[in-house]
Amino acid sequence: MTARRFILATYLLALSLPIYWLVNMSFKTNAEITAGVSLWPHAPTLANYVRIFTDPSWYMGYVNSLTYVAINTVLSLACALPAAYAFSRYRFLGDKHLFFWLLSNRMAPPAVFALPFFNLYSAVGLFDTPWAIALAHCLFNVPLAVWILEGFMSAVPREIDETAEIDGYSFPRFFVRIFVPLIANGIGVAAFFCFMFSWVELLLARTLTTVNAKPIAAIMTRTISAAGMDWGLLAAAGVLTLVPGALVIWFVRNHIAKGFALGRV
Amino acid sequence: MKPYDNRAWLLVLPVFAVVLFSAVLPLMTVVNYSVQDSFGNNQFFWNGMGWFRELLDPSSELGGRFLAALGRNLVFSGIILAIEVPLGILVALCMPRRGWRLAVVMVVMALPLLVPWNVVGTIWQVFARADIGLFGAAVNGLGIDYNYAGNATAAWFTVIIMDVWHWTSLIALLCYAGLRAIPDAYYQAARIDGAGRWAVFRNIELPKLKRVLVIGVLLRFIDSFMIYTEPFVVTGGGPGNATTFLSIDLVKLALGQFDLGKAAAMSLVYNMMTLLVCWVFFTAMTQLDAARERVE
Amino acid sequence: MARITLDGIGHAYGPRPGGPADYALQPLDLVWEQGLAYALLGPSGCGKTTLLNIISGLVQPSHGRLLFDGTDVTHLPTERRNIAQVFQFPVIYDTMTVAGNLAFPLRNRGMDRAGIVQQVARTAAMLGLTEVLDRPARNLSADAKQKISLGRGLVRQDVAAVLFDEPLTVIDPGLKWELRSKLKAVHRALDLLMIYVTHDQTEALTFADQVVVMEGGQVLQVGTPAELFERPDHTFVGHFIGSPGMNLLPAEVSGMEARVDGHALPLAGRYAPLDAGRIEVGVRPDFVALTDGPGLPVQVDRIDDLGRVRLARVRLGRHRMVATVPPDAVVSGSEARVRIDPARIHVYADSRRVAPL
Repeated sequence: MTARRFILATYLLALSLPIYWLVNMSFKTNAEITAGVSLWPHAPTLANYVRIFTDPSWYMGYVNSLTYVAINTVLSLACALPAAYAFSRYRFLGDKHLFFWLLSNRMAPPAVFALPFFNLYSAVGLFDTPWAIALAHCLFNVPLAVWILEGFMSAVPREIDETAEIDGYSFPRFFVRIFVPLIANGIGVAAFFCFMFSWVELLLARTLTTVNAKPIAAIMTRTISAAGMDWGLLAAAGVLTLVPGALVIWFVRNHIAKGFALGRV
Repeated sequence: MKPYDNRAWLLVLPVFAVVLFSAVLPLMTVVNYSVQDSFGNNQFFWNGMGWFRELLDPSSELGGRFLAALGRNLVFSGIILAIEVPLGILVALCMPRRGWRLAVVMVVMALPLLVPWNVVGTIWQVFARADIGLFGAAVNGLGIDYNYAGNATAAWFTVIIMDVWHWTSLIALLCYAGLRAIPDAYYQAARIDGAGRWAVFRNIELPKLKRVLVIGVLLRFIDSFMIYTEPFVVTGGGPGNATTFLSIDLVKLALGQFDLGKAAAMSLVYNMMTLLVCWVFFTAMTQLDAARERVE
Repeated sequence: MARITLDGIGHAYGPRPGGPADYALQPLDLVWEQGLAYALLGPSGCGKTTLLNIISGLVQPSHGRLLFDGTDVTHLPTERRNIAQVFQFPVIYDTMTVAGNLAFPLRNRGMDRAGIVQQVARTAAMLGLTEVLDRPARNLSADAKQKISLGRGLVRQDVAAVLFDEPLTVIDPGLKWELRSKLKAVHRALDLLMIYVTHDQTEALTFADQVVVMEGGQVLQVGTPAELFERPDHTFVGHFIGSPGMNLLPAEVSGMEARVDGHALPLAGRYAPLDAGRIEVGVRPDFVALTDGPGLPVQVDRIDDLGRVRLARVRLGRHRMVATVPPDAVVSGSEARVRIDPARIHVYADSRRVAPL
């Protein structure tokens, strides 16, 4: 028993330490950081955070990121729900091949798409808008959502569909009123992963934006500039990017635990 | 048995359209570029398989750097899988079964997974430095000369440990889900049969974990094969090109040098390789599922 | 081992049990003899699985002692007790062949190879598994897998008791009979103590020498199937066993007569006047017959024709009863008479049987 606890505790400590270090740095001034390694801020300051909250070139980064992530999650789920239903309930021409093709897009290297997306979204006039990134992220999020949702939907017996049909529900009404509540856990898991993969992605988000829709990830990497690194500011920006993620995990933790048990795995 | 109905295509249409737009269209332009060369000024002429031949020729400049990057990726994926899979299984075996402890453990474990990849890079960029990072200072304090900016081995070490920190939780959570699915009766029967801990692991837990491990290994292999942001932020591909992986090299070629033909050819071969791996795993998984269904 | 003794065995949910609701299993005393087959029968949640798990060692009882042949094994770990357990669904090791599965408990206990081969062959022969010994266990049907599960228990020569936790649950109905017969054959051949948990009375009554009826964490009665049928000690036993179950009518009992809603039922024994608690008389539908001769007047609500027997749903005064319709009787209209055999009427006070004086 104690061996298990020890291993787990060591692992969790190893996971937390780098994050702690980031938080630690975010409350220090640059002077203190470059002076040496200290385990906690001896002269704690909120200056870094203040700067981020008051400087539009910083906080707009968060706004932009949250915008395209939200659009992408909604879009991905909206497309994926009917498609997952089709895969779950019917066989049709080319269904297996379509499923594989979809999954393979999840596995496509974004680097391959960087340049073509650059051209494509410039051509349709969506360059440097949250829509470009939201649509670009659909490349891998939509297949993932379909895959996850199909697993949950297949666990719902067909009899429910048939009963609703007999009871006179039209398909849209059945889907919204009856079916969706039954797969709520699955939608939660799918939304979680869409959020996660869109929020963390850098390459496409940076390639498709210049000024207006620049995500926080790109702004942070921009800080690798001439005048030396503003470590404290960078750390504060980093810490703030953790917040949506931590909130999301906290709120869906029960759904995830249940979803993991019930779903695809 | 599911009914056969081609009208289901109507339901699939939105997904089909979106992914077509996101995937096929761009790929078509890539294919287009890959078989052309340019004088500049947007004037292109047919080059056939020229770029591909150059890509796969180790003696050419393009081929040399492509194969070197490919080699680095394969070594990298091999190493991180060898670490993350056993470690993930071990952590999953140590996780609590239920209760508030489980919720806390899951939240802490999920945290690295939700850090934006560039911030992962930033965290380790700082953490591993000797002057401002705890880890870097500690290692150097032990007498080991550790500097990832100047030393290729140190750079590799940093990139690997960063990936392990970042992704082990995914394997652990997947394995945990797989373990939870094992009914208690199996453990009880094993006790009655007098099986020791290792026998329980080998005969009950590991077989039941096969499916989640296939998924986990696939995801990790593919994602590590595509890795871009994290090493880019920490080492920028260096020192020299010690940590220049395929994606980093490709982006340099495409968006840095705007060498469209070469980049396009490389993109296609790169994509083809991931498709192949995907197909292999997909087949393995459907076979595992079919075997399971035959029995139940 | 000659016997299993349960001395005040009980299991409470929490550390400080207050009333009966806090117990999964209320403290009880039972003795089980070697060579007999016992069934633990009762509805879901009655405590039978808890009791089984206490015997196998998977649960530590909060009260009482468990004795195997006089030795206190209450805190002995499972693997050191000489028991085997078969679960609701087949538990087999996917990675091994059938032979490998059967050999596993012996390998863990360090038996030599020759001995293992011999034991495995013997057990496989007994269970009809010889042809599939070299096949991977995971590819077999559910009933074959349950036989393997059982085999893993029987292959150990030191096993003295085999515990079954509703083992036929996932077996196809057509194969249940075959597996049940196999269990009985094994039992006769090996002279083992067998304890069989089920909620299905047919299984219990056909399998067991003695049936332990449980409800709400309590043991209500222990007896042979015939005893349970003819003389239920508790109204639940009367109601649960038999299909349909016993009729129960509120009554006043005094001397050799019971009065139900003003109607007099003669009894076969003499009873002291009973007025404390809820008094009921119970009689099985098998012994309540529609008759043309003298009898109690009843209203007939409905006749159910089950093929081999016809049952009449009747009312005596305000109370419902089920009666049998003799094969050649004709029932017309809604008025009829029933004859009740006095020797088959039992009297219950607060659900427990009262013996005649």
